[in-house]
Amino acid sequence: MADHKHDKTRNAEPETTGHEWDGIQEYNNPLPRWWLWTFYATIVWGVIYTILFPAWPLVSTATAGVLGWSTRDQVAQEIQAVEDANADMRAGIVETELARLHESPELHDFAVNAGAAVFRNNCSQCHGSGAAGAEGYPNLLDDAWLWGGQIEQIAYTVRHGIRNEDDPDARYSEMPGFGEILGEEEIDTLVAHVRSLPDGTDPLAGEGGQLFADNCAACHGEDGRGMRELGAPNLTDAIWLYGSDADSVRQSISEGPYGVMPPWGARLGEAEVRAVAAYVHQLGGGEETPADAPAN
Amino acid sequence: MSDSSQTSLYAAREPIFPRRVSGAFRRLKWQIMIVTLGIYYVTPWIRWDRGANLPDQAVLVDLANRRFFFFGIEIWPHEFYFVAGLLVMAGLGLFLFTAALGRVWCGYACPQTVWTDLFLAVERWVEGDRNARLRLHKAPWSAHKARLRVTKWAIWLLIAVATGGAWVFYFSDAPTLLRDLVTFRADPVAYGSIGVLTATTFIFGGFMREQVCIYMCPWPRIQGAMMDEDTLTVAYRDWRGEPRGKGLRRRKGEGTTTIEAPEATTRAAGPKIGGRSPVIPMHFGETKAVIQRPKFYGDAPGDCIDCNACVNVCPMGIDIRDGQQMACITCALCIDACDEVMEKIGKPRGLIDYLALSDAPRERAGETPRPARQHILRLRNLIYFGLWSLFGVALLAALLLRPEIEATIAPIRNPTFVTLSDGSVRNAYDLRIRNRAAEAREMEVTLSGGSGLTVTLESAETGTVTVPADTQGLERIYVTAAPGDPAATAERTDIEIQVRDVTSDATTRVDTTFNGDDR
Repeated sequence: MADHKHDKTRNAEPETTGHEWDGIQEYNNPLPRWWLWTFYATIVWGVIYTILFPAWPLVSTATAGVLGWSTRDQVAQEIQAVEDANADMRAGIVETELARLHESPELHDFAVNAGAAVFRNNCSQCHGSGAAGAEGYPNLLDDAWLWGGQIEQIAYTVRHGIRNEDDPDARYSEMPGFGEILGEEEIDTLVAHVRSLPDGTDPLAGEGGQLFADNCAACHGEDGRGMRELGAPNLTDAIWLYGSDADSVRQSISEGPYGVMPPWGARLGEAEVRAVAAYVHQLGGGEETPADAPAN
Repeated sequence: MSDSSQTSLYAAREPIFPRRVSGAFRRLKWQIMIVTLGIYYVTPWIRWDRGANLPDQAVLVDLANRRFFFFGIEIWPHEFYFVAGLLVMAGLGLFLFTAALGRVWCGYACPQTVWTDLFLAVERWVEGDRNARLRLHKAPWSAHKARLRVTKWAIWLLIAVATGGAWVFYFSDAPTLLRDLVTFRADPVAYGSIGVLTATTFIFGGFMREQVCIYMCPWPRIQGAMMDEDTLTVAYRDWRGEPRGKGLRRRKGEGTTTIEAPEATTRAAGPKIGGRSPVIPMHFGETKAVIQRPKFYGDAPGDCIDCNACVNVCPMGIDIRDGQQMACITCALCIDACDEVMEKIGKPRGLIDYLALSDAPRERAGETPRPARQHILRLRNLIYFGLWSLFGVALLAALLLRPEIEATIAPIRNPTFVTLSDGSVRNAYDLRIRNRAAEAREMEVTLSGGSGLTVTLESAETGTVTVPADTQGLERIYVTAAPGDPAATAERTDIEIQVRDVTSDATTRVDTTFNGDDR
């Protein structure tokens, strides 16, 4: 009792632990007993815990714990849970006509976010994490497309790739190396002519125009605006995939570029292909699908 | 001197059976208990209409949607500084109260104190007052004892469940959650929280009590730095009380002297000896009073008759006559208990009283102590109060000056710009627009200033974007410089985006930069 304790300590020597160092004594301020029991309880808890869960290190592994719990299983379960939760969305992406995906904002948001992850894992190595591309690897942010910028066209490119030997449906075309066909002077003329096209030069005018008509217009068009069926770039715009300086253009004409992209359909799966197409399509250059467009 | 082999380093808790007491401080504590518990239990049930899209609960911590509602105020996560500011104010407030009045928080308002007080009231109601409880404690187990114990625990448990239950209502719509809880459809987290808080309330209020204050709470150990000799705190006037003694040793009236003191010296010194007198801080009179005091208190008996009333009522089980101590939560019940006794034996009240240590030597020397006003209105407290007010005013200003709409802009730096096929240069930005309104709002996005740049929105062909009610809308916007525009070739150009709420015409502007192709 408190008053009892009071009587005991009042006017009496305070209780000490009996420890004494150079005349300095230690008062006995006993710890509450429940504190001690709490301490024992944590020890018991700790022992049980190490039995239930992986804990004790062995030579090359550790005790597995009787519950069979592991961090890897946990991760697998969590991934599975996320996938189960997303199953409807994934099915929705596959079932919905791509051109109509944006009509369902929830589905579109999901596809774009999923596509962004797919893009960073699989596409950013060539096209850059910001999709700005690099020399020879197209910038996906701009409004120029070699093979078409409608969402279905993008999905086809991703699914089958370009000029690869793995997918028979890959987009294919080949620009000849004109170094073996034309003379050096002719190539110089052509380089100068092509480089002047973005400034509004008539593609068919003058000596260069003649060379252009004979050698280039078949694919790049008489207006120089390219042909998407063949992946032939528009030469009148401000975008140069392989560089706009004279040496780069000469190299392109002489050797003929041969950009290759692997097919992703088999590796990613249809939902991912469509998601990454949706992502690329909304990066700033996506083109609207015309109402009468054939399914690509 | 005890030997370590005999002394236990661990002590079992000694049960404490505080006696019922009545008086001014007990009344004040009942009032504070009613108010604080009332606030705690009732608040989640107060409704507050905010329109169709927002919750109608007056106080709601909506963790899932990251919103905090407090009546007319709504806090978003980025405004967490309000919470930080309130915590600073709470800290400074605690400094202020402790420096001025000691552990008033501990004694009156701490949840541990309030709930323990409530549990003690239940205990007293079921098992009787101190002596009855002592007898019951010592009695062997019997049907009677079991019945009383079970009744007491059942009531405690009810209170504990209500306490844990009230807590979860702050985090979800209370009526809905209550319905879900009783039909067993609520989230397991709700049941878990109720379970944990029920257990802590039951154990801390019923069984741990003073152990929580003495061994678990860090605050008593910080007290020393917060209090000084001018702090008014519960203390025993040992110069008046000692030597204490009972009955025969008291030679009443022998060798007394009459001194005059202001009423503030002791509350008891006023004209109302034998009657009720108010709490000391309200009592700053200059009225002269007469105190009968032993001339040589070293020899003559003091006013303390060693009745142990102060010890018997103490919920912490300590003796205030031992002086200030860590275990004292300054609940002031010993003041009430002692005053009651002093009244009965015809002595002045205030043997135990709110007292500043700096007055002790004055009173010992028979001088008049300084009035409580001077103790409270000292520089240290004024500085605390000043800082506290400063934060309060700043927070209030921040609250009142909050803009109706807010926008932030983040340029997309990878890449810094994109060249389009016609040679124009385009920058992309993530524009975040916060709509606090209770309904969706159309936000018009324009470039301010007369630059030749154009702004377009990713998701809308019109220049406006719809931001749903009470959300932050994220919109990618493009700013394009036509070929030949100076901005198209400048390394950077400062631009300003203006966002206008079409409904309310409120506008906000955000500054950013435009990166051109300067190669």
